[in-house]
Amino acid sequence: MEYKLRTENLGLHYGDFCALKDVNISIRPQAITAIIGPSGCGKSTLLRCFNRMNELIAGVRTSGRILLDGRAVHDGAAGLTQLRKRVGMVFQRPNPFPLSVFDNVAYGPRVHGMHKGADLEAAVEKALRATALWDALKDKLRAPALGLPAEQQQRLCISRLAAVEPEVLLMDEPCSALDPIATEHIEELMRELARRYTIVIVTHNMQQAARVSSETGFMLLGELVEFGLTTAIFKNPSDKRTEDYVTGRYG
Amino acid sequence: MRASPRLTQAASLGLMWGLAAATIGVLAFIIIYILAHGLPHVTWGFLTESPRSMGREGGVLPMIVGTAWVAGLAVVIAAPVGVATAIYLTEYTREGRLTAVIRFGADCLAGIPSIIFGLFGFVFFVITLGMGLSIVSGALTLAVMVLPTIIRTSEEAIRAVPQAYRDVSFGLGSTRWQMVTQVVLRSALPGIGTGIVLSIGRSISETAAVMLTAGSALGLPRTAFDSSRTLALHFYTLSREGISMPNAYATASVLILAILAVNLSAYWLMRRLAAGGR
Ligand SMILES: Nc1ncnc2c1ncn2[C@@H]1O[C@H](COP(=O)(O)OP(=O)(O)O)[C@@H](O)[C@H]1O
Ligand SMILES: [Mg+2]
Repeated sequence: MEYKLRTENLGLHYGDFCALKDVNISIRPQAITAIIGPSGCGKSTLLRCFNRMNELIAGVRTSGRILLDGRAVHDGAAGLTQLRKRVGMVFQRPNPFPLSVFDNVAYGPRVHGMHKGADLEAAVEKALRATALWDALKDKLRAPALGLPAEQQQRLCISRLAAVEPEVLLMDEPCSALDPIATEHIEELMRELARRYTIVIVTHNMQQAARVSSETGFMLLGELVEFGLTTAIFKNPSDKRTEDYVTGRYG
Repeated sequence: MRASPRLTQAASLGLMWGLAAATIGVLAFIIIYILAHGLPHVTWGFLTESPRSMGREGGVLPMIVGTAWVAGLAVVIAAPVGVATAIYLTEYTREGRLTAVIRFGADCLAGIPSIIFGLFGFVFFVITLGMGLSIVSGALTLAVMVLPTIIRTSEEAIRAVPQAYRDVSFGLGSTRWQMVTQVVLRSALPGIGTGIVLSIGRSISETAAVMLTAGSALGLPRTAFDSSRTLALHFYTLSREGISMPNAYATASVLILAILAVNLSAYWLMRRLAAGGR
């Protein structure tokens, strides 16, 4: 079996606090993998390991290895930009920059050195098409992004990411700031995107995990308690703690 | 007997309104008083001619030019240094002894009376560096004087930029420099601009510090190394030495209008900049 992303005994400390302990998880390419678990169990922390965003926080120590396409995501500044280009993140709250729609989507390509007008416009259009925003926004490219409704803002954030043509999309509770209808639309979009991208989604909404993902991991207190096919995790969990959680006995 | 809550409420509200009105009233009175005495003498000639017989006759063109030079140069020098310091303090270093020292230094500078800056400028720029009484000496002195304001307002504006923008920018693979220049500074621009405008206003109206550094030459300055009298100093001299009260008021009016113009155009500019992102 081929894996896109894989961790080997991944551990992480915030100072003295152990936030991840011996996490071994393997993420399949072109599929949606969900990470569920109660608040504070380390889901976001795990996600941030995949593109090394935790390194921005003071006092973080990691152990173990992370493999992307079978190769170690190494330490040090070398390859960091390249890694972040390949592994992108969508955050909980829609957070477009206070710039125009166009400048938001063009941000990534520009950062990576694309400045030619025609190329840039093509990249922006492609990225907006990827999230089905092009038709709605093609006449509003100069409009301020913060003026868009929440769902479009979140789509725009995904477009902004798509514009750097990543391979993996990390989504940290991407729907928690959206209403149910917008949530449904974003889930549809995720299924669409999963044909091209490897998606890892963190959610504390179990129905959402069940709806969109093919595999699910359940975390508790920094440990990956159980990982397997989503159907198995929800219908037939092998660990007592997973069962308690998916049947709603934890909050 | 106790006052009823309603009465207290009404009384305190009234008091606050009164105080606010008094504040605005005093301000309005000063401005109107000066403009009323000065504006009638602000003619086209007053704005475009050089002073004659120490300012009893003629206009204030050299002072307008000198003020623009000194204040403009001061801010052109102080703004990049101040903003760069603020960026360093907020984005490039963790809180520690160094940041504490820089911040403490800036706060101390902010509390020093301007005559001390004037003295420093006189000893350092005018004498030691041999720049003489000149526009550069004045501008450098004012730059040192307004630096703390620019640092602290920029710092606050930069800190107010949501952390999410930084995370996203890094997440897209940007370097710190790209993140700072393309996201943080753009979002913080209105706040940074406010600090710069305050500094322009302070530079335009500063008297003591420029008296000791830019000198009080009456002629039209030709280069930045000429001495030049600013509007504020001219006003001070005209009234202090009893040369011409009408011209003193007229000069003060020009000064007030200049500051008003700077503030209004900055306000307009800032609204446009902010609108670009909202
Ligand atoms: N920057 C940080 N510094 C210290 N502790 C942190 C930091 N971020 C998260 N934590 C702690 O690590 C644990 C896991 O956090 P997180 O990964 O955000 O959980 P989740 O996303 O599952 O809610 C929590 O107990 C949280 O308090
Ligand atoms: Mg979280």
